Amino acid sequence: MRVLLAVFACGLRRYSTYRVATLSSIVVNGVFGAVNAMVLLAVFDARPRINGYTAEDAVTQVFLAQSLIGITAIFGPPLDLGGRIRDGQVAMDLLRPVGFVRWWLAQDLGRAAFALLSRTAPTFAVGLALFDLALPADPLRWAALAAAVALAVLVGFGLRYLYALAGFWLMDTRGVNAVAWLAGPFCSGMVLPLVLFPDPVAAVLRTLPWAALVQVPAEILLGRTVLPGGAAGGLAYQAVWAALLLALGAALTARATRRVVVQGG
Amino acid sequence: MTSVPLTTPVIDARGLGRDFTRVSGPLLRRRRERVNAVHDVTFSVAPGEIIGYLGPNGAGKSTTMKMLTGILSPSHGRVRVCGLEPSRQRTLLAGRIGVVFGQRTTLWWDLPLRDSLALTRHLYRVPAADHAARLAELTELLELGPFLATPVRQLSLGQRMRGDLTAALLHAPELLVLDEPTIGLDVVSKSAIREFLLRLNTEQGTTILLTTHDLGDVERLCRRVVVIDHGSLAFDGDLARLRATAPTPRTLVVDLAGPADPIEVAGARTVRVEGPRQWLELSANPAEVIAAVAGAHSVADLTLREPDIEDVVARLYSSGRAAAGAPRREDPVSG
Ligand SMILES: Nc1ncnc2c1ncn2[C@@H]1O[C@H](COP(=O)(O)OP(=O)(O)OP(=O)(O)O)[C@@H](O)[C@H]1O
Ligand SMILES: [Mg+2]
Repeated sequence: MRVLLAVFACGLRRYSTYRVATLSSIVVNGVFGAVNAMVLLAVFDARPRINGYTAEDAVTQVFLAQSLIGITAIFGPPLDLGGRIRDGQVAMDLLRPVGFVRWWLAQDLGRAAFALLSRTAPTFAVGLALFDLALPADPLRWAALAAAVALAVLVGFGLRYLYALAGFWLMDTRGVNAVAWLAGPFCSGMVLPLVLFPDPVAAVLRTLPWAALVQVPAEILLGRTVLPGGAAGGLAYQAVWAALLLALGAALTARATRRVVVQGG
Repeated sequence: MTSVPLTTPVIDARGLGRDFTRVSGPLLRRRRERVNAVHDVTFSVAPGEIIGYLGPNGAGKSTTMKMLTGILSPSHGRVRVCGLEPSRQRTLLAGRIGVVFGQRTTLWWDLPLRDSLALTRHLYRVPAADHAARLAELTELLELGPFLATPVRQLSLGQRMRGDLTAALLHAPELLVLDEPTIGLDVVSKSAIREFLLRLNTEQGTTILLTTHDLGDVERLCRRVVVIDHGSLAFDGDLARLRATAPTPRTLVVDLAGPADPIEVAGARTVRVEGPRQWLELSANPAEVIAAVAGAHSVADLTLREPDIEDVVARLYSSGRAAAGAPRREDPVSG
């Protein structure tokens, strides 16, 4: 545990050195959120309620999504692991006396913690300043949101870990990443809340892991959960996906390190 | 006399081999080809030895290092390192050995060197006091002081290498595995690292296995060398014996007062002439040749050059299969 805390701290410090990247992503998240919100407001102008969502709900989800981009890394950055597999640097990671998955998880949680402090708060503040957001007064709901965000980070890591691990078999994960960075934002409800998709499409997307990144946390914040059990149902859905992805990651890691070749002399 | 095993070997490789499948050609007409990168390598290393693992490019040195450290599983044979099976017990073994791959780094690129070194305390669960003492010692020996606070990406290659060596040694490993630790370093840095490794070996008894193309490293550090060629063991024994196995003549470099015709004396053959300087390959006692040269010419200076280990190894390679019959080291340890 001490080890992982130390790795976590290194991850946090490491990302805190990227000052320009942090600053520019706050600007991008804020601007993109504002544009996205105005588009949705225009849509809701024609129909005040869509599948139970009000304009306020939709705009709130947009800013929650923008605030989560940094922590869950829906748009990247990919884990360094993919590149390290390709150029053989992964050898050095395998030579550490720490579990491989845990090493990468601890480091990525450090990254997420830094993003939470540096990106999430300012981005959400932009939303609060420019738009009317539908925020709950109930502290329990905020607590549930905090848990949902934590689980979203785990799911985000689980997905990105698998994308990167594909490198052991594919050698080049740029294709995987390209597809992932396209699919993630749509399937998660980031670009458009899933309630605005045609019902059959939304039904499918709600079973996939990406929904755990934005849609489920947003519904928990808005009090509009569709899963049985309300917020608890949403959290359970996220927890199941997090566990599945991490278990798959661990199993594939064991396989990769046994069978697969570390590149480079 | 019967020999009794005094110590268990740190490294014990028996019939170690590794095949790769190399895929080539265009997507639709892929050809698969099996490459036998390492073949039937047997050697063992006793505690406290410094071994040079030598061979030309592509011989299989790095592949062997990967199998010894557990990041690649062998296709054939078996290997024990510190009594463990590397590929199955990789994480456990990692706590007992130190590894430096010259072209790679374990340091955090964006963070000050100090942070990566501090992390090793937790990674290897070193008691804080031991860690601090060892870090202070290594900082002094490797002169890390001036750049401990510098982000690793801003370090020069030589500085980074010293940082990597420190990171590999803070947990006082029994075995240090080095794959080309002096690659790309200048003469001063090379010599600093060599002296450091020698001290580490003599004072702390750390066993060292290193691959290198720098034969200065070998001559300074390794009493025993293992030579591998095309994946197979070509020689295992004393450096001195390697010289004897592939004998290479000594060279006498003669500086004359001025340019002259090639020197002709008994027991030597002039192989090169450059202005007043001539190179003579010796086949007889150097003293006699020197006397003969000095008697017949006006000599400004003389140097006797010992054959470079580089020449010796090159000879061993070029003698090809014949080298496979070269005397193998009698294993002092019965397993
Ligand atoms: N991943 C791989 N796939 C296919 N062949 C490989 C792979 N890795 C190494 N080889 C082959 O195995 C052989 C040995 O490679 P290795 O890297 O062990 O050589 P080396 O002795 O370290 O050489 P160098 O001195 O150039 O570092 C080479 O012929 C190389 O092409
Ligand atoms: Mg090599």
